[in-house]
Amino acid sequence: MRTTFVRTLARLAEKDPNLILLTGDLGFTVFEDFRARFPNQLLNVGIAEQNMIGVAAGLALSGKRVFVYSIVPFVTFRCLEQIRNDLCHQHLPVCIVGVGGGYSYGHLGATHHALEDLGVMRTMPNMTVVSPGDPWEVEQAVLALGTLNGPGYLRLGKNKEPLLHQPATISEFVLGKSIVMRGGDDVTILATGTMLETALLAAALLESKKIQSTVISVHTLKPIDRQGILAAADNKKLLITIEEHGPFGGLADAISRIIAEEGLPVQFLPITAPESIDVVTGSHSHFRSVAGLTAEKISARILERLKK
Amino acid sequence: MPSSLHPRSAKELCNLQYSLRRDILTMAHRSKTGHIGSAFSVIDILINAYFGHLKYDPKHPLAPDRDRLILSKGHACAALYAVLAEAGFFPKQELETYLQDGSRLAGHPHLGSPPGTEASTGSLGHGLSIGTGMALAAKLDERDNKTVVVISDGECDEGAVWEAALTARQWKLSSLTCIIDYNKIQAFGRTEDVVNLEPFADKWRSFGWRVLETDGHDCTALLSALKQSIEPSDQPMAIIAHTIKGKGVSFMENTIDWHYWSPSDEHFKKAMIELSPSPMPQ
Repeated sequence: MRTTFVRTLARLAEKDPNLILLTGDLGFTVFEDFRARFPNQLLNVGIAEQNMIGVAAGLALSGKRVFVYSIVPFVTFRCLEQIRNDLCHQHLPVCIVGVGGGYSYGHLGATHHALEDLGVMRTMPNMTVVSPGDPWEVEQAVLALGTLNGPGYLRLGKNKEPLLHQPATISEFVLGKSIVMRGGDDVTILATGTMLETALLAAALLESKKIQSTVISVHTLKPIDRQGILAAADNKKLLITIEEHGPFGGLADAISRIIAEEGLPVQFLPITAPESIDVVTGSHSHFRSVAGLTAEKISARILERLKK
Repeated sequence: MPSSLHPRSAKELCNLQYSLRRDILTMAHRSKTGHIGSAFSVIDILINAYFGHLKYDPKHPLAPDRDRLILSKGHACAALYAVLAEAGFFPKQELETYLQDGSRLAGHPHLGSPPGTEASTGSLGHGLSIGTGMALAAKLDERDNKTVVVISDGECDEGAVWEAALTARQWKLSSLTCIIDYNKIQAFGRTEDVVNLEPFADKWRSFGWRVLETDGHDCTALLSALKQSIEPSDQPMAIIAHTIKGKGVSFMENTIDWHYWSPSDEHFKKAMIELSPSPMPQ
């Protein structure tokens, strides 16, 4: 995802000399080509995220379009007040790019994991929150965020995520509009970000058990696609959300609010990471497995719920 | 859009030191709010910046080539509003709406509200980073406009100030000036008792900044310091302005109380007499 991000950003930078990328001393093996091609459009601000967001605000107040890049916790929690006051209150075209959504940085441990960012960013005023599910969605999201008139948050995985969309069959990508990945009459699975692949795998497992699933990519958490969700929930036995994020403030909360506000007559199964986890290190897949975020565990939970 | 200087004579500047203090006193009295000590501490810095140093056109408050000033110690915004009104960014009469429901004049400055407000501030430690970004943009765009950020002494407890100080030096932002309103009193004590900043000038010097110390209420000294800030250099400039909290009203000077208190009718009358136009004791 991050390779796609920087490649797409280079396309924007080529057209717009006012586009600036700030990094908090990260991007080794990622930004070298960008720096060589656009030496005046990439600045390493050092390991100082509060200052990085303030500098981004000052640049944006002077007519620049700014992307700021770091690992999720550093570029969200560390500098949250700068994000709120300097970017959101002033409604500036600055896109925060966080790499390492969920347990992507498995081995590096809890400091580098990101399981609260969607919730925190959704509460920020005027903030658009995007969590793409594959490299195509990353590309499209960067292009869309590159013209956004206000602050944005882009949550990336890490690298080598598979392409899940077939570009030939996709018509358009619009921020705030979810995408139906496959159709099925029994249940609807809403997935965001790094869980989109797992959701599709879970749907395939369910199909072998004669359960037909609609799978929808909810790449934008804010604004949420209310109409798309209503259509997806219509006439289904069960609505499921899947996200590589803790239980609070993410996709499950966004969807449950819609269910409550609209009084939807649908059963709801939110699948999230736990609030905390009793593992200090391990691979990305190990953390996912312990958190219950594998296709096997998810499909088993859905089947169990359908039996009730 | 030609930006223009708005120089005032020495006598006019001196008169502004009185008249704008009266404006601030009236705002604080009418709204029954505090922070008057902070506003009196910083007002002479703002007067000399706006009427002897910065280029701007109040008819075009967003002109790209304007000089910019960020009041990072946003709680002293009554002083900023008085200066912006005097400079013509909005009608002076609007000062009467300070802190009223629906007014553009809030208890901390909000971007563009009133016009001439360059950034939303109020949480300390944000302004120098924003100013660093503005000065960086000017450098990238090869504009020669100046960026001035006014911070408080207590604000220097915030780590983000020093993050910004490091990068401004790294990027050789010589068009950036940070003025520290050093009145040596912060919200709940004297700076030397809370978090001592001394040796203060040495700290800025060691971060690679040019440093000047000046009397923060003397127009000649302030104008001279501001003038030196734009001399050719590859370093940003820190001006440590030695000030007195509550300066101009004897019973408000150098006390913590007037960080919080609002002037009663009696205070108001007494202070107005002290702020009547006669030469300011330096």
